[in-house]
Amino acid sequence: MFQKIYLDYAATTPVDPEVFEVMRPYFFEEFGNPSSIHQFGQKAQEGVVKARHQAADFLNCQVNELIFTSGATESNNSVIKSFGRNAELAKSLGGKPHLIVSQVEHECVLASSQVVEKEGLAEVTYLPVNREGLVEIEELEEAIKPNTVLVSMMYVNNEIGTIQPIAEIGKFLAELNKKRQQKIYFHSDVAQAINYLDCDTKKLGVDFLTLSAHKIYGPKGVGALFIREGSPFLRFIDGGEQEFKRRAGTHNAPGIIGLGAAINKVRSEKLKLKSLEGLRDKLIGGVSEKISYAFLNGSREQRVANNANFRFEGVEGEAVVMALDLEGIAISTGSACAARSLEPSHVLLALGLNALETHSSVRFSLGRYTNGQEIDRVLDVLPKIIERLRNISGNIKGDGLVERGKLPDDFGC
Amino acid sequence: MYSQKVIEHFQKPHNLGKMKDPDGVGEVGNPVCGDLMKIYIKTAKGKKGEEIIKDIKFETLGCVAAIATSSMVTEMAKGKTFAEAQKIKFSDVEESLGSLPPVKKHCADLAVRALRAAIADYQKIE
Repeated sequence: MFQKIYLDYAATTPVDPEVFEVMRPYFFEEFGNPSSIHQFGQKAQEGVVKARHQAADFLNCQVNELIFTSGATESNNSVIKSFGRNAELAKSLGGKPHLIVSQVEHECVLASSQVVEKEGLAEVTYLPVNREGLVEIEELEEAIKPNTVLVSMMYVNNEIGTIQPIAEIGKFLAELNKKRQQKIYFHSDVAQAINYLDCDTKKLGVDFLTLSAHKIYGPKGVGALFIREGSPFLRFIDGGEQEFKRRAGTHNAPGIIGLGAAINKVRSEKLKLKSLEGLRDKLIGGVSEKISYAFLNGSREQRVANNANFRFEGVEGEAVVMALDLEGIAISTGSACAARSLEPSHVLLALGLNALETHSSVRFSLGRYTNGQEIDRVLDVLPKIIERLRNISGNIKGDGLVERGKLPDDFGC
Repeated sequence: MYSQKVIEHFQKPHNLGKMKDPDGVGEVGNPVCGDLMKIYIKTAKGKKGEEIIKDIKFETLGCVAAIATSSMVTEMAKGKTFAEAQKIKFSDVEESLGSLPPVKKHCADLAVRALRAAIADYQKIE
């Protein structure tokens, strides 16, 4: 049986055993509801308070600027919809609020933006990125209008690993805001950045920040949202006094405590970053050496330490992923064939890739437990897989192919 | 996610490769999910004088299901008369593979269309 190799850390991470030990009592002895006033509750509440301090410490913000949510998807939904649906804001603007999001944002940011657009409540600009996958400040500047209220840019892109100039954008907006009537608030989804980059809210100049526990070796189902004091925020979930009356619902105490422990551990793990980067570079170097017509998607330099997104001409992404899976190696793909919706990755399209190129792309994302042996095995197995699949595809390029008919409805697509 | 038979065809496709001097070539593509299939056929006259598919080969740029369905359709069509080959439906291909995830059924349809395109290509020349 092959050794199983996991290289899909951007999708999710295992819970760090130390983090789990910190969580454990809150499933059993300290199981109380943190809102209860008796001992059971108070003990659990202490744990939640400590987690909040750990996260606030890491992000350099005040504890009352941090709320815990069910994850990054909820946090992102909350921010976008809070601005989009803010009637008071619209009234003071004398019109619809204008949101600017990049075209490579996570699906939940784009979907939420489209929802408030369709509701007729907000205008949205979807800012393009250049071929490196990066936002250009000049383009952002051009997009800004008097009624712009929010800019949302993720720090590290989950698919291609590119790093946006968040601190630079933060400074730019701060300067702009000095001369503006309507302040532009700045939100960044840093879920994929926490492990690798400085997410100090003051240094980044953000007013809102999203993070997720299961990307940082914490449990799934819990995340956080930083809301800078004085920033407008409409409650997304009503019906309770929790989270400073900003987000109702019984605290997921073990989850929150896990998030706190996980984020606390990130600092010490950052010392190993150089070696992780080395493994990533080894993978990139090995691929470019052993496989022809292999290209990196997104900027080589502005790239997070653990991500390598490749496209391999002449093969399709899902086939590569499955072939590697049969060898015990787990990665992912933005190819349409692997998506339930059969749509190609919006991130890869935003880079300017054509449909065929997006279909030929796969993502390797390394992590805390990746070692050199695993990369060696990948470099041993992958070239053979690509060769085999290229053999199956022949030279088929689809030039002049015209099959533009709509898929019939009964094919489950 | 995939049946045993699909994985078998994925790992060891039947009738793979280019054909020298094919009598008919069918090339189809699905721009939505990006599968491209090419089927080559060589024809001959059968025992009763009817046209049969003497040899058949395929090339596919696509996902596991695309590769498996095109491999399977060539296996099903080889040696058959044109009339028999035309009767092959996407559900037949799917059945022969055991099953396909709902979102992959269109691959079986594409494979059938590639086969029919190859036959049509030959008949045009005829």
